[in-house]
Amino acid sequence: MSLPIATKPALRRFHQARWDEPIVFELDAPGERGVLPPQVEPGVREVVGDVLADLPGSLRRPSAPALPRIGQARVLRHYLRLSQENLGADLNVDVGQGTCTMKYAPKVNDQLVADPGLRDVHPLQGEESVQGALEILWRTEQALKAISGMDRVSLHSTGGSSAIWTNVAMIRAYHASRGEAEQRDEVITTIFSHPSNAAAAAVAGYKVITIHPDADGYPDLDALRAALSERTAAIMVTNPEDTGIYNPRIVEWVEAAHAVGALASYDQANANGILGITRARDAGFDVCHFNLHKTFGTPHGSGGPGAGANGVAEHMAPFLPGPMAERDGDRFRLAAGGELSIGAVSAFYGVIPTIAKAYAWIAALGAPGLRAVAETAVLNNNYLMSKILAIPGASAPYATGRRRVEQVRYSWQELYEDTGITSEEIGVRAADYGTHYWTSHHPYVVPQPFTLEPTESYSRAELDEYAAILAQVAHEARTDPEMVRTAPHNQTVHHTHHDDLDDPERWAVTWRGYLCKYPDAPQHRRP
Amino acid sequence: MTTSFVHPYLPNSAPEVRAEMLAAVGAESVEEFYADIPAALRLTGDLDLPEPLVAEADLSRHVRGILGKNRTRLSFLGAGTYHHHVPAVVDEVIGRSEFLTAYAGEPYEDHGRFQALFEYASLLAELLEVEVVNVPTYDSLQATATALSMAVRATGRTRILVVSDVRADVLSKVEDFIRPYATLEHVPTVDGIADVGAVTARLGDDVAAVWVSTPSATGAVETAMTQLAEATHAVGGLLVAQTDPIGLGVLAPPAAQGADITCGDIQSLGIHAWFGGGHAGFVGVADDPRLVMEMPHRLFGLASTSVEGEYGFGDVAWDRTAFAHREEGKEWVGTAAALWGIAAGVYLALMGPQGMVELGETLLARTAYARRVLTALPGVSEADGAVHLREFVLHLPRPAAEVVEELRAKEIEPGVVLGERELLVCVTEMTTKDHIDLLARELSAVLGTDTRTPVLEEVAR
Repeated sequence: MSLPIATKPALRRFHQARWDEPIVFELDAPGERGVLPPQVEPGVREVVGDVLADLPGSLRRPSAPALPRIGQARVLRHYLRLSQENLGADLNVDVGQGTCTMKYAPKVNDQLVADPGLRDVHPLQGEESVQGALEILWRTEQALKAISGMDRVSLHSTGGSSAIWTNVAMIRAYHASRGEAEQRDEVITTIFSHPSNAAAAAVAGYKVITIHPDADGYPDLDALRAALSERTAAIMVTNPEDTGIYNPRIVEWVEAAHAVGALASYDQANANGILGITRARDAGFDVCHFNLHKTFGTPHGSGGPGAGANGVAEHMAPFLPGPMAERDGDRFRLAAGGELSIGAVSAFYGVIPTIAKAYAWIAALGAPGLRAVAETAVLNNNYLMSKILAIPGASAPYATGRRRVEQVRYSWQELYEDTGITSEEIGVRAADYGTHYWTSHHPYVVPQPFTLEPTESYSRAELDEYAAILAQVAHEARTDPEMVRTAPHNQTVHHTHHDDLDDPERWAVTWRGYLCKYPDAPQHRRP
Repeated sequence: MTTSFVHPYLPNSAPEVRAEMLAAVGAESVEEFYADIPAALRLTGDLDLPEPLVAEADLSRHVRGILGKNRTRLSFLGAGTYHHHVPAVVDEVIGRSEFLTAYAGEPYEDHGRFQALFEYASLLAELLEVEVVNVPTYDSLQATATALSMAVRATGRTRILVVSDVRADVLSKVEDFIRPYATLEHVPTVDGIADVGAVTARLGDDVAAVWVSTPSATGAVETAMTQLAEATHAVGGLLVAQTDPIGLGVLAPPAAQGADITCGDIQSLGIHAWFGGGHAGFVGVADDPRLVMEMPHRLFGLASTSVEGEYGFGDVAWDRTAFAHREEGKEWVGTAAALWGIAAGVYLALMGPQGMVELGETLLARTAYARRVLTALPGVSEADGAVHLREFVLHLPRPAAEVVEELRAKEIEPGVVLGERELLVCVTEMTTKDHIDLLARELSAVLGTDTRTPVLEEVAR
């Protein structure tokens, strides 16, 4: 073979890095050090003597913790190899994790926020020395007030589910303040709302009622009306739902809740497709929340840190956590929560690096940009839907013939019936082509589900590539099902056995736990 | 398309691309996609936001301009957020795109994330002497609220005794969290630590948990952990110990002294202060299904693969979680603080056993030194005689808020005001002898005292 080089195949020949890296404990090498801490100065030792010898016997750790001893460069190599064995959103067309809004997180924001003036300031410094941090909090709140239409926005919540908790805690405090805490002991949600709405409500002490969709896949208003009563504390619903369907009767839902004295809580985790299009307050909601790490373009951090923003109407503001940043002329200050505040929901003022990145993201786009984000995300979604529905065996249950907003929950039921290949198996094989794929929250109301959310971040060519990967895997399911069933083939590790993970006699959640249960397990020697 | 806004974050924003994509799906306009949104709910006009800073250089100038208004100071502030050294390798690893931008991939394409978090849990488990540690939750507030809730569920009981001085923010969160199923009863401390006699007198077979905080909100290290554990276990309750792992290179871990659940924050382990926004919580227990099955968190476990000698990973006991069973799961699980967990893992791998021992000694020594030097000032005394790690409370002869205000004018943050004349002072390995001596001199000046005491003469030199 010689130049010119032949055409590439239609799909990229991906292979994930495979370093076969040991567990960090197996890198132990006596005498090596990774980093040295500052030592006790002679002048200090002169005054205080031997502090370890002076410890009461019961307080003294008898021997050093059994951490590995590893030189600095080897620690770095270990973790860089692990990082290469991880498929970050920056490296793939990450549209397969529907509901997660895996959009591009701009690099400039990471750089800006790493400023020592933000990274190294303490939350209890005098306000005059942290005016920049307080201004970021205040500006972010103003922007999210505009985007949601709500009267106040708290940034204390530390993730989406954390924000759902803050919402339900405020709801509980509201009813308690009116002497209705005991009477109102139920929360209503929908099956296509994020599971944490149901779970957080249960933690708050509520009985949870879950509404299933009507025949067309829309949230069932009649079922809601039948469930509402003077016992209802709140409806807590996601909209657009995880199916990508916007509830067209959302105002009737809110009005029906209000009619029985209940509050309405709006999970805006899927708000990316409606930025600048419609707002929580306009639908009458009392409280709502956004996930800053989803809609507002901050990196997802392998599962956090994220951040949640809780928007409230004026009558719910007294229940907000405190303190919150306020502007006083050209100065910014912290105002403590009031008597009715639910108190602290997190340490201090929220996840500052995430909040600051979200602020920068909003500042770069402004009103026209946010609207373009929403419209582009929705266009991308409907474009991808047309590609996916062209794959034999794929379908989009519910709302037949209707458009979707931010994402679609699809089904491989037909392909499964034809081939016996499940949605999970499709996902594992799809990863062989260098991508992510996710099925659905549980329970699987949609059979053999998968959920795609293109966001605004991927080009048409990239969306085409993702659709081509799924088409290829579906084709393999029909022509070479063994190839799909025995996947992965191009990953860091091979088919993993899951039986040990559910058995208390056999599971190993830490290396220490593993060696306790399997004292004869071979340990690999470095390098 | 209703708007034309070409932006680097929006590859399909060019009008001609949009037109082609619309044509491909047979739509006249994006308006068709919003058909389900009632007209009355549609926003008319633009959101009320400042003009976009579309040029990256303009955005940078704007954000840097705001952040430039912050100033770092010589700080003796703690109370939950601590200024420890963050090794360069930690920031290098968590800045990697692969970790920074990943989310919730499966154990195949995200093998690295699973291994890094399994290793984090394993490294922390060695420090804590437990066999099970969660993928991080939000912070110590949530970790403590969950740990106590686990005890309530595991015992089926409703009373919780608070036997240490606990931080106000943690207490606030716990109170609101456990409200539906348990009550808190405070047993006042004596000389900074638990009053074992008073605790024992309050124990009964309706006590779910005894909550001990070590170091406490005042930095006092609990010395009676073993007695508290014995007394709690005698009535069938569980000892829940909230701690900061930073001192455990030299201090006995709570689990080794009988604690059933250990919980707390890992911000000290390689995570910057971030204005209080760099927190992550842990919960650690022995490998006992009675407690493990009450944990709401992700737990990443080791698994074999079809190739010999290959480490695979997966979720342990997934059926516990709200992801599996919504409101029937244990509490909830969601995006929390995984990247900070990876950071803490890298930190512990770098520090190693000797690093944690040396750091523990430095912290204890600097704390003891600061106590000696500062209480040598006339009129300044200590709140208690307990062993302290990092933090301690000074009684001042003047209102603490005034003292703080005057020292801030000298760009020193001397501590956190706890009471009218009480100041919570914190030192770490970043606080040198010179820093402590400087604080002593400036505090002395503010208090109007002279420095003619033996220790302070040394300081003055």
